[in-house]
Amino acid sequence: MIIKILGSGCKKCVALGENAKAAAAAAGKQAEIVKVTDFAEIAAYGVMSTPGLVIDEKVVSTGKVLTADEIGKLI
Amino acid sequence: MSVFGWLNDQVLRMTWLNDLVGAGVAAIGLDPASRIGGSVQFFVYDVIKIFILLSVLIFAISYVQSHFPPERTRAMLGGRSGLGANTLAALLGTLTPFCSCSSIPLFIGFTAAGLPLAVTFSFLISSPLVDLASVILLASIFNWPIALAYVVVGLLVAIVGGTIIGRLGMEGQVAEFVRTVPVSGEAATMTRGERLAYARDQAVEIVHRVWPYVLVGVGIGAAIHNWVPADVISGLLGQDKWWSVPVAVLVGIPMYADIFGTLPIAEALVGKGVGLGTVLAFMMAVTALSLPSLILLKRVVKMPLLVTFTGVVTLGILSIGLIFNAISNWFI
Repeated sequence: MIIKILGSGCKKCVALGENAKAAAAAAGKQAEIVKVTDFAEIAAYGVMSTPGLVIDEKVVSTGKVLTADEIGKLI
Repeated sequence: MSVFGWLNDQVLRMTWLNDLVGAGVAAIGLDPASRIGGSVQFFVYDVIKIFILLSVLIFAISYVQSHFPPERTRAMLGGRSGLGANTLAALLGTLTPFCSCSSIPLFIGFTAAGLPLAVTFSFLISSPLVDLASVILLASIFNWPIALAYVVVGLLVAIVGGTIIGRLGMEGQVAEFVRTVPVSGEAATMTRGERLAYARDQAVEIVHRVWPYVLVGVGIGAAIHNWVPADVISGLLGQDKWWSVPVAVLVGIPMYADIFGTLPIAEALVGKGVGLGTVLAFMMAVTALSLPSLILLKRVVKMPLLVTFTGVVTLGILSIGLIFNAISNWFI
């Protein structure tokens, strides 16, 4: 699966990326984590509050840093 | 003293804490009336006070804000224009949760949905400038009339600034890709428990993010408070010096700091006789405009609009500073 982190690179986005990595590892899934920092691309997902979390092209969360457990339930 | 006055002094200004810290300073052998003792007292008292207020306020305010995600704000503003829309946008700007790293996606989301530039800019100006938490902190450090005056003039800058930008007909000055972005995304509904969790997370996250600014701000405040002679400061930035407001604004604009970090500096400056207008202009310049946010904004708007935005906000802050200096005897 492909997990995308939408955000311009602020601290929250980094934290979300790390939690996503941990969640994928805990679930035993092969996940590719992609950081999307381009505003045009972020906006194309219709996301207005970063960081956003996109799993297999579906926006699952915006504006908050989910914990690894919370992400685990989504993947 | 009235009950309200007593509550205000004890709960909001925390005079008990100042007395307690003063006693503590004296207990370790420093005289609170001396320079070192006074600096230590100012620093410890201000740091504790700001962190207590910050945590409680952010928690309470985030709970309120959880009702106003940007998607909902956008829906409320949709299809409106004119002065009423600008006023509503400025008011919602104070309520919508805001982080400077989110301002660009927000700008894109609003513009793509067809909101007029006037409305979007009223929102973008008011959002960092007038923040609920900062208002209560202002009341704690100064007094309620000053805090309310700050809100009113902050909203005025946002409303007038947005209106002027709208009148200039700069709709074409937005990066092309913004117009072609799909508009989607509905705000998720939250349960009460989720709102409480959100409020808690916000409080932790914001305190975590701003504490270095607060420490530096209080440090500078303590230094000004006890080490810089009043006549040096009033000679440079005194109320009778016409250049004090422009200098405060020019120094403040490129700075990136949180309003919570600038408040202790403001407090110390006012204590040294710097005009209220000068201090308010400084705080507004620091929070409303900063180099990092302008660089981000450059990605989505063209240069003429960016310059207009900066110019309009700068002029607004300058006028507020000058007006407040002229009428500051109404407040202090």
